[in-house]
Amino acid sequence: MTKVDHTSSLLVVRGLTKAFAGVRALKGVDLDIRPGEVHCILGQNGAGKSTLIKTLAGVHRPDEGEIVWQGETVTIADPQAAIDLGIATMYQELDVVDGLTIAENVFLGHELASGGFTRRSEAAKLTKELLKRLGHGSLSPNTEVGRLSAANKQIVSMARALSHDIKLIVMDEPSAVLDSEEVKNLFSVVRELTRAGIAVVYITHRLEEIREIGDRITVLKDGRSTAVGLEVADTPTAELIRLMTGREVANVFPPAEPVADDAPVVLDVEGLALEGVFSGVTFSVRAGEIVGLAGLVGSGRSEILETVYGARKSTAGSVAVGGKRLGRGSVSAAVTAGVGLSPEERKSQGLVLDEPIFVNVTLSTFGRFAKGGFLDTRAERSAAREQIEALELRPPDPDRPAVTLSGGNQQKILLARWLVHGTKVLLLDEPTRGVDVGARAEIYALIRRLAAAGNAIVIVSSEIEEVLGLADTVLVVADGKVLTTVPAAQIDEHGVLDLVMKGAAA
Amino acid sequence: MSEQTTPGGAVAAPTPPPTPTEPTPAKESGIRRLLSGSVGRNLGLVVALLLIVAVGAITSPDNFATWSNTLVILRQASIVGVISIGMTFVIISGGIDLSVGSVMGLASVVATIDVAQDLASATHWTVMVLFALLVGVAAGLINGIVIAYGNVVAFMATLAMLVSARGLAEIVAERRTLIVGDRGFVGFFREDFLGVDVLIWIFILVAAAGWILLNRTTFGRRTVAIGGNREASRLAGINVKRHTVWLYVLAGLCAGIAGVMILGRTTAGTSTHGQLLELDAIAAVVVGGTLLIGGRGTIVGTVLGVLIFQTLTNVFVQNNLDSSVQAVAKGVIIVVAVLLQQRFAKPAGRSS
Repeated sequence: MTKVDHTSSLLVVRGLTKAFAGVRALKGVDLDIRPGEVHCILGQNGAGKSTLIKTLAGVHRPDEGEIVWQGETVTIADPQAAIDLGIATMYQELDVVDGLTIAENVFLGHELASGGFTRRSEAAKLTKELLKRLGHGSLSPNTEVGRLSAANKQIVSMARALSHDIKLIVMDEPSAVLDSEEVKNLFSVVRELTRAGIAVVYITHRLEEIREIGDRITVLKDGRSTAVGLEVADTPTAELIRLMTGREVANVFPPAEPVADDAPVVLDVEGLALEGVFSGVTFSVRAGEIVGLAGLVGSGRSEILETVYGARKSTAGSVAVGGKRLGRGSVSAAVTAGVGLSPEERKSQGLVLDEPIFVNVTLSTFGRFAKGGFLDTRAERSAAREQIEALELRPPDPDRPAVTLSGGNQQKILLARWLVHGTKVLLLDEPTRGVDVGARAEIYALIRRLAAAGNAIVIVSSEIEEVLGLADTVLVVADGKVLTTVPAAQIDEHGVLDLVMKGAAA
Repeated sequence: MSEQTTPGGAVAAPTPPPTPTEPTPAKESGIRRLLSGSVGRNLGLVVALLLIVAVGAITSPDNFATWSNTLVILRQASIVGVISIGMTFVIISGGIDLSVGSVMGLASVVATIDVAQDLASATHWTVMVLFALLVGVAAGLINGIVIAYGNVVAFMATLAMLVSARGLAEIVAERRTLIVGDRGFVGFFREDFLGVDVLIWIFILVAAAGWILLNRTTFGRRTVAIGGNREASRLAGINVKRHTVWLYVLAGLCAGIAGVMILGRTTAGTSTHGQLLELDAIAAVVVGGTLLIGGRGTIVGTVLGVLIFQTLTNVFVQNNLDSSVQAVAKGVIIVVAVLLQQRFAKPAGRSS
């Protein structure tokens, strides 16, 4: 193991600025990374995190400022230059090629070859070593990457980084697609890297992860670094939130109103099953009630939601809304009955990204606004504008393409869609994935408001804390079975995990 | 199970949290935004068309810039133009229809078989039109159902239709050329209205109807939404499969109309009508700025794309250049057009 000098800096950034078409994304960022440390970068969406790491990766050229790498001022002209220096970047959208094997992915762009012929066995051997180093020696280098889980794809991406001689690896929200077990794995890999003297820049929304893995923190707000190199151990969470948002935040979950005893049952799910995925799912949701599904990734929670919605065709059981049974596997039947789904993958399942906000808001209702098949875009825009104001969607411009919005605001578009539609049942799958801390509080408050307005809400989240904080009733799901149904007040995070572990073992 | 009533780590706070200000992403300047939009792309096509017209006017000053030559160009553009309008919808939705050329041929044959012609002479020549349109709709219906409900990729399903419709046309026509006997039919397509041929009017009407359908109706919105994000459209409650069927029916209907038009122009039905026309249509649609992956496209762009190719062909003919040179030039134009599109039509800049 290398002896690591923790005092001299590996990378120093001073006064970095970058503008796009006249708008400044970075207005002066300082950074100081030491060898072998885990340096967390914290900031809300739009704070400039992505621009910063793309500048370090050679994707963007900074307008002003200085980058000092191992004591020398450098310019990082392109991604290859970054790799040559020893800086590797793992993007949120993983840059692995599904159709190639692990080994082929690891050596993508710098294939081991003699005279144009790839040296396959050597590549496989080296890949195996890298995988072992990352604690995943059980993966075969010849496995096709498309068949790997998101977590294992990250490992491949990291192995590729290590196949170059790197000193710094930048990870952009690596935990966003992982469940808690996989996050633990990721952390042990990160610790392994730092032990070898490699510095890790770790970007995340999740404060508790910083507590667990981070050595020091740099906080970005509105394109500026508001704090550089704070010691994690010395900085209270409240202080971090204040630095990040510029305001004091005590808590994110708004208080719950108790559900009235005489509230009618709106959604009734009876013995629902999807062959090979889940079975025997029974629950009911009353008007104003929030039911949460807690469980690990792969437990079947998202599939349950999608089957209730009719996006998947159930193989047994029934779904009824307001006492009326819905047709199996029919989304339009569910939508007509007043059920709305906010899907897990906002970008690929929820939004038509290139279309403006108003088109996305009225995607379920444009036919209703139309007269004789002719669109009434004026009415659509005004309905969208109403929701934009009610939900404080930013920017408040109905003609802005959805792709330009932050995660939190994109989530609001989906909620607005169902508000315009006028739902009785809302199914929310990962409503805060990729949404930063400040905007989360807003989404939580919104969900509560929707419940208070009489909606029956079912929420799925990989963050157990979120399910417990929002739901009135919790269903614990593991391996396609509902283990228990309890009032949220009678169970805590440990209780849920306990059940899940036992359930999975049984 | 624990007695704890508040979930892990959460502290109760009765006040609703204030709105965080999320900075708006980089806003592009007005002009750039306009130019990267459909207006800018169409403006580029207009410039390209004017350039070709200028070349034509300079190289053959006596023959090119005349009213009669303009009508020649438009007449030649009309049939592939009608096909391209239907193709535009299919491509915007993320699909492709390779069968339109041979469906057009089949329609021309079926409309001129003895049964159809006898019925037409006994009643009215529009019976032949009806036969051709029904062939187009039926072929489109089969394409659509196989693609939407059989989950066959559009490329393969319509390739199969391309081959089999051509074969069916040969069988029905017994490899003969079927002459249109009805004087009413032939006469109608010989006429002009306000000095412009009926064929050109049909193209204008189909293009106008296509524009309205795409931009002003729920059908158009569904088409764009499905092309932009199929899964999101499905989960929003749009019946994607049913709409897909209608899209191929529309493309088939346009092929049927084109079949009637070719009959009007040549007064004969044969199985060889419309060969390779699908490729001309796809080229015109894509040069016109419609994304081959779907989600974006305009009728105006498609019309300009058709006109660019036909005007270019005309310029070559006027200068006595042979058709092989034309083909090479067409290929170059397609590549240059797509390259320019990619340069100017970058998605709106993002930063966070």
